[in-house]
Amino acid sequence: MDNAIVATHPHTHETAVPAEHEHVALPQHRHHFETQEQQREAGTFGMWLFLLTEIMFFGGLFFAYLLYRNWYNPAFVAASNQLSIPLGTANTAILISSGFFMALGVWAAEVKKKNLLVLFLVLTTVFGLAFLGVKYFEYKEKWELHHIPGASFDVSQFINPHAYGLKEEPLAPDMAQKTQVFFFLYFAMTGMHALHMIIGIGLLFWLTWRANRGEFSAGYVAPIENFGLYWHFVDIVWIFLFPLLYLINRHPV
Amino acid sequence: MSEFHDPSNVVNPEHADHHIVTPAVYGIVFATLLVFTGITVAAAFKNLGILNPIVALAIACTKGVIVILFFMHVKYQSKLVKLTVTAGFFTFLVLITMTLTDYISRAWGLWS
Repeated sequence: MDNAIVATHPHTHETAVPAEHEHVALPQHRHHFETQEQQREAGTFGMWLFLLTEIMFFGGLFFAYLLYRNWYNPAFVAASNQLSIPLGTANTAILISSGFFMALGVWAAEVKKKNLLVLFLVLTTVFGLAFLGVKYFEYKEKWELHHIPGASFDVSQFINPHAYGLKEEPLAPDMAQKTQVFFFLYFAMTGMHALHMIIGIGLLFWLTWRANRGEFSAGYVAPIENFGLYWHFVDIVWIFLFPLLYLINRHPV
Repeated sequence: MSEFHDPSNVVNPEHADHHIVTPAVYGIVFATLLVFTGITVAAAFKNLGILNPIVALAIACTKGVIVILFFMHVKYQSKLVKLTVTAGFFTFLVLITMTLTDYISRAWGLWS
């Protein structure tokens, strides 16, 4: 079927009015894309496909958590209550701040402000490192309490909580063993999240160095934008990890 | 689909639209996320019975959607990207539902 636009405009706008389309061939514009917008959309589309595989990956861990939490609920409640809510809340705020500065970084790249972009990328990195720093102290405490699953795992706090000054209900020895399942999932989920952050911080160093050379402040925003998508995805994972791991059953019984 | 060469997207300009989100919007989103973080911590200390995990997850989903729409610019993206994101989460929900159906039905009738 004939297209109406073909019939009325044998040439597209671009060829009809060449003066309005003084295309500057930017080095980042690949020749197999017809327009810069098409290239940008293709990049965003590809990045989201990658993030969907990440959703499936973390989704499997979340599903394991859902299932075992229902099976061993008393153990999950007692073990979860050993996590520090002040540290978890602080870390949530730190990570949201990091994501905020990342978002501002994308804006700075869009409006071609090089120094602001570098500053925001550095702030993103600083808050990311602060998050990992807090996580280090949380892990260290679990190490000292023998709450890392394995041969050295110690259930005595869960069998006899009153002897340790805890207000938990004592668990039967078989249920107390299941606190290992909680801590296994806790370390698996927060550990994979932390690994994603470490990779992200590595990329941030590289992007900051390139941004400082002015590579992203002349109209080429894609690397900053797509890294931003990755960084915000890592934020979202934590947004779900925090209530699920730290906040189950905190209310007074 | 048009069959002719259309480099400047005269026919289908949809994905040519490019929106720059302003720092003011990011600031509002940032504040909203912090407020929701406070609400979820406060709600955890209230005894809401069976509603506790539901409230916690509802707040987490709200925060997640806000991040996806604004920080990740999905609100301003083309229909292709919106559909991709939605399809991904939908597929994830399907997988969860099917797996849960299996686990629930295996011990059918053996609940205490």
